[in-house]
Amino acid sequence: MKKALLILTLFCASQLSAQKMYSTKSGQVKFNASSPLETIRAVNNQGDSRWLESNGQLVFSVLIKGFKFENQLMEDHFNENYMESSKFPKAEFKGYINNLERIDLTKAGANEVSAEGTLTIHGVGQKMTVNGTLTVLSSGKIMLKSDLKIKLKDFNITGSYIGSKIAPEATISLYCIYE
Amino acid sequence: MKNKHPLVAFACLLLLMNSLSLNAQTDLFKDSSSPVKEKVRSTFKSTRIVSGHSVENVGKGILDFRISHRFGSISGGTYEFFGLDNAFTRLALDYGITDRLMVGISRGTYDKEFTALLKYKILQQTTGPSATPITMSYVGTGMWRTIKNFDPLASAFKTQNFFHSHQLLIARKFNDYTSLQLMPTMVYYSATPKPTDNNMMWSLGVAARQRVSKRVNLTGEYYYQFTPFDGYTNSMSFGVDIETGGHVFQLHLTNSYGTTERSFIHETTGKWGDGDIHFGFNISRVFTIVKPKDFKNKW
Repeated sequence: MKKALLILTLFCASQLSAQKMYSTKSGQVKFNASSPLETIRAVNNQGDSRWLESNGQLVFSVLIKGFKFENQLMEDHFNENYMESSKFPKAEFKGYINNLERIDLTKAGANEVSAEGTLTIHGVGQKMTVNGTLTVLSSGKIMLKSDLKIKLKDFNITGSYIGSKIAPEATISLYCIYE
Repeated sequence: MKNKHPLVAFACLLLLMNSLSLNAQTDLFKDSSSPVKEKVRSTFKSTRIVSGHSVENVGKGILDFRISHRFGSISGGTYEFFGLDNAFTRLALDYGITDRLMVGISRGTYDKEFTALLKYKILQQTTGPSATPITMSYVGTGMWRTIKNFDPLASAFKTQNFFHSHQLLIARKFNDYTSLQLMPTMVYYSATPKPTDNNMMWSLGVAARQRVSKRVNLTGEYYYQFTPFDGYTNSMSFGVDIETGGHVFQLHLTNSYGTTERSFIHETTGKWGDGDIHFGFNISRVFTIVKPKDFKNKW
């Protein structure tokens, strides 16, 4: 009886510690589709991301209209002609971090991570595995960095300039510090 | 059994906390985001509709170089090459000090006129919670006419050099396709054709934009004068805005020869019905002068 209670207690305690959720509302998302003819890049500093320590469930979403370009006209074209941001206001990734159990989140240092899930941009969802680095900072906060390449046509983003002025493949860089 | 009670109590407490926190741990995949307030972008495609202003400003740190051409009347026929023999050119520079405040200067060959302007966005249309339904801007323009006068009998009205205009631009973008704008306007004349005319000339402009394809928009602009000077007509213009990368091309047909507020709103003499129609175009190219903070460092 005592033993059973002890096990139950320990189980409950372990469950409790596993509930921890990491989150940020100021994740940085950079986007680059530059071609030799034109520099096309944008930054959004309002990435919203959360993940659970228990099962590695991770979400990352960003509002398309929050992307800032150097050139206002380019920003308008990005929103109206390519991303159709009033129809598809956000881009998001929903998935699970694969190898979280192998990472010691109490020890400062960098860890390779990968997450498997669905990336939805322009209303089109694509299954993919995203690789990145999860770094436990000495402050206890956790930093995530990741670079991924996407083909614009996979997300049904079309236009006559893609392939000439606009690179057919865009690089997306994520950088965030979770609390 | 001595130890049982505290352990049981502890276990129960943990179970309770556990179930509470389990309830709190919702599935992250469920969308919990609430709608956010967003600025309504590109109500019009350019800072000018045809001759007059739209509520659009150039962004902070951006310089817009604008070349406007206005040709003679199409009714000139083949002899005047449908007006193309007589071209007026206006060069303008507009700069965004902040996202809301824009200043600009220009020089046009029509009456050898210089202008300086200040445009301030008072209200910005937004969507989402506690949305603002309209965008409202003020634009003030000073005009300096420098053409030499060789007619000793010309009236004071014809020889005055300074004018200023004040406009309130009230616009709403209804959807991605359609925008409308109203422009109550006052132009100040130091001399008028008749002593009974008002020095403060009032008008109400109305303008619209209709998107027809990803890169092509149709525009229209009309100014109704409340007390027009004798012999002058209301300005009515239609245009096509074509976007190509860093440029906006605006092609238009209008009954106005001038492109400054005083010359097109109150000194238009052409009548659409008589074929006094002028072809014109604006080309605008933007340059980034001050890069936004995030772009200053190399990526």
